[in-house]
Amino acid sequence: MERVAIVGASMTRFGQRDAWVRELLAEAGAAALDDAGIDGDDLDHLYVSNMASGEFEGQTGVPNALAHDLAATPAYTARIDQTSSSGGAGVYAAWQSVASGASDLTMLVGGEKMTHRTTAEATDVIASLTHPVEYKHGVTLPSFAGLTARLYLDEYDAPRESLGKVAVKNHKNGVDNPHAQFQKEVDLDTVLDSPVVADPLRLYDFCPITDGSAALVFCPESVAEEYVPEDQYAVISGIGGATDTHVVHERADPTTMGGVADSSDIAYEMAGIGPDDVDVAELHDMFTILEFLQSEDLGFFEKGEGWKAVEAGVTDRDGDLPINTSGGLKSKGHPLGASGVAQVYEIYQQVTGNAGPRQVEADTGLACNVGGFGNCVTTTVLEGSQ
Amino acid sequence: MSDHETTETDDRDEEEPTGEPTFEAAEYADGTVTYPPHTVSPNGAERVGTVDLGDHAARVVTWTTSTATPPGVREPNTLAIVEFEMGDDYDGPPVRALGQVASRGDAVDGDDSGDADVDIGDRVEPVYADDLREPGAGIREPESQDWDGFRFRPVE
Repeated sequence: MERVAIVGASMTRFGQRDAWVRELLAEAGAAALDDAGIDGDDLDHLYVSNMASGEFEGQTGVPNALAHDLAATPAYTARIDQTSSSGGAGVYAAWQSVASGASDLTMLVGGEKMTHRTTAEATDVIASLTHPVEYKHGVTLPSFAGLTARLYLDEYDAPRESLGKVAVKNHKNGVDNPHAQFQKEVDLDTVLDSPVVADPLRLYDFCPITDGSAALVFCPESVAEEYVPEDQYAVISGIGGATDTHVVHERADPTTMGGVADSSDIAYEMAGIGPDDVDVAELHDMFTILEFLQSEDLGFFEKGEGWKAVEAGVTDRDGDLPINTSGGLKSKGHPLGASGVAQVYEIYQQVTGNAGPRQVEADTGLACNVGGFGNCVTTTVLEGSQ
Repeated sequence: MSDHETTETDDRDEEEPTGEPTFEAAEYADGTVTYPPHTVSPNGAERVGTVDLGDHAARVVTWTTSTATPPGVREPNTLAIVEFEMGDDYDGPPVRALGQVASRGDAVDGDDSGDADVDIGDRVEPVYADDLREPGAGIREPESQDWDGFRFRPVE
């Protein structure tokens, strides 16, 4: 099996954009082609990670539209929908296409246009992933977060303030990310005094609704230096995908994300590493509680100890294990299909030494992209070529 | 599958049809009970019957009050995950459900305020409601699923 390298990357500014999904995808795609020094017609495969362009905007068929817009025809195209983890699933598909030998050059573009919808409408589109017995009760993804946060705080005797400190940390990181939706710090009082959304969680415990796109270019490692200097590519040394139950209340422990544990086990084994070898990580902090759960289920910290790591500053940018140096979904924004791609974009920048003011010392990085409330997960390990 | 389906069309069922709404869970050959019903049990065992959870009290595992609700959903909307008391003869995995919390007291209907008073560990009972949210107000096709079901009302 071929080892797969990433040789180009881009992302648009995340936030409230005038552009629609086709334009967002084309903006990121064109920039990634330029970053890799290639043209659209060099691509064998072109994947688009997108959850709901049909539901949000009435635009379907986006991969073919993108191939045309980038002069990438006759590249093979496919849309990858795995809800909020569409981006991670797209990384998996792109990796498979090159590792299997089916493609010598693949581009993945993730994107979503959401902000033209009201919060209630966007929340309902996302909640449509739930089982009918959940949906009819009016459950939303934020309400799953509230249910889980209450149980976590109760079971592990964690203070409410520890969740707020995740938001404070990630907003601080986002200040140095020019692509982030919010480039501003927030203090703990602001988080704790913000309006209740899903008790005990408040507005600043949640990521925003976002427009944006991100893109990556993949090729066999054996030819990576044809596109970029030898120290400017990253290798996907491990990748794993897994699912958990569709119905959230059927999980044995609602504070454990089985898909995170299972996907990371696969990724660690493929990479020949363990959680202690990870230097930097991008986690799916759609809600602050998710950073605790993932950091534990990835094996970074013992169960019930993730909150203590945040309190101790371990996950700060200058800590022993920086988490969400990009600002995370919390600060950077969460354009569903783009988020998993943008997570890997950040790790790519970190392990190639191109993260600018966000740079940390990192040879090995990990991205964990979660769909639903832990329903589908892709974990990707990247290593720098330096 | 509807929470209120009667059992008269399923020859695997042991209960007599009553016409009353039922809170239907599935029972499988390995003794497991799940809500909602699935094609097979978590271990792959075939379905052998149904269990009416409407007859079972439950305890609150966790709860939240959502104040940002989708179209057609009461606001606020207090929700809980509850774990049913299945009796000493049941040794399968916990049987749980997620549902709206009903106000304490006798009156329970579609106009329930949604701002319920509940806590972890509280004992609750299922109470039937005709419409848990307004069909057709959200993105899901109204005919694709049922909209009635059971809320959970604290009993102590």
